[in-house]
Amino acid sequence: MVSSTTMRMSDQREDQATPQALSNTAGFRSLRSHGVVARVETAPVKAAVEDFSFYYGDFKALKSISLPVHEKRVTALIGPSGCGKSTLLRAFNRMHDLYPGNRYEGAIRLHPDNTNLLSPGVDPIEVRMRIGMVFQKPNPFPKSIYENVAYGLRIRGEGNRSVLDDRVKEALQGAALWSEVEHRLHDPATALSGGQQQRLCIARCLATNPEVLLFDEPTSALDPIATASIEDLIHELRDKVTILIVTHNMQQAARVSDYTAYMYLGELMEFGETSQIFVNPTRKETEDYITGRFG
Amino acid sequence: MNTPSSASAASLPPLVVSDRLAKKALRHFKERFIEMLLFGAASVSVLTTVGIIWVLVSESYHFFETVPLWSFLTDTMWTPLFADPHYGILPLLAGTLTTSLVALIVAIPLGTTIAIYLSEFARPAVREIVKPFLELLGGIPTIVYGYFALTVVIPMLQLLIPGLSGFNMLGAGIVMGIAIIPYVSSLAEDAMRAVPMNMREGSYAMGGTKLQTALRVVMPAALSGILSAYILGISRAVGETMIVAVAAGMQPNFTLNPLESAQTISAYIVQVALGDLPHGSIGYQSIFAAGLSLMLMTLSLNLVGHVLRRRYREAY
Amino acid sequence: MNSADIPVIRKIIQRNKRWDLIFAIAGFLALLLGVLTFLALFVQMAYTGWERLTPEFFTNFPSRRAAQAGILSAWVGSLLVMLVTALSAVPLGVAAGIYLEEYASKNLVTDIIEINVTNLAGVPSIVYGLLALGVFVYGFGFGQSILSAGLTLGLLILPVVIVATREAIRSIPLHIREAAYGLGATRWQVTRDHIVPYSLPGILTGVIIGMSRAIGETAPIITIGALTFIAFLPASPVGPEFPWLSFEWLKSGFTVMPIQMFNWTSRPEEAFQQNAAAAGFILVLMTLAMNATAIWIRYHVRKDIKW
Repeated sequence: MVSSTTMRMSDQREDQATPQALSNTAGFRSLRSHGVVARVETAPVKAAVEDFSFYYGDFKALKSISLPVHEKRVTALIGPSGCGKSTLLRAFNRMHDLYPGNRYEGAIRLHPDNTNLLSPGVDPIEVRMRIGMVFQKPNPFPKSIYENVAYGLRIRGEGNRSVLDDRVKEALQGAALWSEVEHRLHDPATALSGGQQQRLCIARCLATNPEVLLFDEPTSALDPIATASIEDLIHELRDKVTILIVTHNMQQAARVSDYTAYMYLGELMEFGETSQIFVNPTRKETEDYITGRFG
Repeated sequence: MNTPSSASAASLPPLVVSDRLAKKALRHFKERFIEMLLFGAASVSVLTTVGIIWVLVSESYHFFETVPLWSFLTDTMWTPLFADPHYGILPLLAGTLTTSLVALIVAIPLGTTIAIYLSEFARPAVREIVKPFLELLGGIPTIVYGYFALTVVIPMLQLLIPGLSGFNMLGAGIVMGIAIIPYVSSLAEDAMRAVPMNMREGSYAMGGTKLQTALRVVMPAALSGILSAYILGISRAVGETMIVAVAAGMQPNFTLNPLESAQTISAYIVQVALGDLPHGSIGYQSIFAAGLSLMLMTLSLNLVGHVLRRRYREAY
Repeated sequence: MNSADIPVIRKIIQRNKRWDLIFAIAGFLALLLGVLTFLALFVQMAYTGWERLTPEFFTNFPSRRAAQAGILSAWVGSLLVMLVTALSAVPLGVAAGIYLEEYASKNLVTDIIEINVTNLAGVPSIVYGLLALGVFVYGFGFGQSILSAGLTLGLLILPVVIVATREAIRSIPLHIREAAYGLGATRWQVTRDHIVPYSLPGILTGVIIGMSRAIGETAPIITIGALTFIAFLPASPVGPEFPWLSFEWLKSGFTVMPIQMFNWTSRPEEAFQQNAAAAGFILVLMTLAMNATAIWIRYHVRKDIKW
């Protein structure tokens, strides 16, 4: 499965060079023939956005959004800049609580316990411990590679060296970074390249086994080769963790996701299986955006 | 252009263009002159440094013609005004170090705590009110702090520690520490606030609390700025004069016990200057030797600060 | 992780948050200590010195009898010294700041000047006193005069003025300069017509903060050997005859507010401590007023400026 995915990825990358978006839909059909889409059907819902609205002060940035996030699948949020896709993503781990004047309405329910992540009674710190996030720009801490990955365990009070060693190794392996940093775990993280830093940030999340992993345009600050390695990684992770990814790059959404949500001006225009959204969108707005006529 | 018109041009008054060209030399001269003036002003600061070094070194040179450098550094008595004068800097150094240490024990934890609180915990409205207030606290003249140490803090300490002298390094050091807090906290806070938000978001997104984020992410990221703040605090403490002159007593005791009274390097200079020493006497020269020691201490602190800043330069 | 771990997580969070709370309280208390110290200092001086704060206190010379002593020579001295300080530090500091920001090219000389300004800001004030004692008092023969004191404090606050000027100039965006240069202005015209006017509030803030530091400085003034018992005023700067201006006052002996306070503080008698408290109260009011003005200017500039 993984190897076929990688093959498909390399096909896809050649497509990226062609200017017409239509060739992507062609590329997408080849994806279907590899059986990737087949896994979509049976996935249970891990998180559900229910009638969710969001306000920056008086400005209503998101308007009654409802959206399922399927377990151990990749869901992509796409749309033109300013459509609110990052705002929606950041609501999943209550990032908006860090800044004054932000307000949530509605619910984001995390299953199986059915917790409303946005409820005032739910501690944002608990939400964030359950849900990891990878940011647009790699943001390693000014510490060693090892300490970056161990951070989540340390703030949980884990002090046992051998436990930390094991989990750090596991996480770095999980993020496909271990072989590159094995011998320099105690070097500063800032010495790594941009792509390595971003994989380090992913390892940092993996170390604590999050239930959901959020990616906020994780490759927008990276070169094409580093981008490919992150996309490969997302493919490998899809078996282990539920992933929600914001991307401004439609090819990327087509390559990595099982489900896609198209957002426009704070509204969810269309949600469905990625194959359906890209090949046969039901709304004209979605089609216009995907074919590059707009956005 | 043909010949007749050029000929007529020659007979006319000079063209406007050449007029401008004529002005150019004058304008150029004026611009250069102004630049030289401004450069002169900028070099006054260099002259100040040269002047400081020259005055300190030349007067100290005369001093060390009389007093051997070795006994200056090793003699444990400083009695320049006695019939049998001793010129050992150690007692003054001990006084300076003890008062500074007490001050730092007060200023660094409190200053850092305030900086973290304002930068990471306090609401913006609180910060906007408190910061200017701290600035006001930093602007109070040190003689006023000295008076406060002598009339309020030391009497309070005497209640806690029976038999404590009315002049002591503890009281002077504590008040000096309070006087230094605003410098430490304001610089350290600036350094922490300069840490980009995405670094904090990384920690918060992992489920870190404010304190964990502050201690484990923001402080390491702002380390060079925080160290600079500490260095500035230390160099303020070492050079601080009036608080110790008023409240630490004026006897050069060779002791590191903060409960005793003692004299610092700076307080000795004040003591001599208050008296009536003739220009050129050994007593007069001794304050320059003391000043040179003080200058070397603060200079090496600045140097250490510079090295630390380079070593822990912000990586973000 | 799975949802069975949630109780464990909650426990960890509870523990972590307890530390958050403890620190928040500690931070608040640390702030409170600062605020309370300030209040205690202010109230104690006001309370102790209250009886002495009469009009006569401002119009009497110092005296051996505490009850008749006043601060006339001290506040007049402070005023005159500040005048010399401002007249020396402001032009020099602003000019140096302009040179470093607008004129200096990146070379060794500029580097030396910059490092030098940074280091000067860290030199203890008493060392400036020694410089003044060697250079102004004996070297130039100015004696223990208002001129010596004013120039000493001028040098002391020079780094403050330079740094403030540079910061103010640096906050002017490049496109303002380009607009002026684009019209054919010379460097000096750009500086005089644009850079200086736009950076004026920032410079003013720095100057006031520097002056408020200078007015409270005691150590360097003592070091140059200023007398502490002055029962006369310097010669008036305005004369009755042509050219109506006299500079005799520059050479006069003097005392200033902080020295007067130090003098009274170092006396054991209770009555003189009252005088010290009263003088300290006035001194703190003066520095507070200056600092508050500076903060006010900065706040308003920050709010009003939109490039």
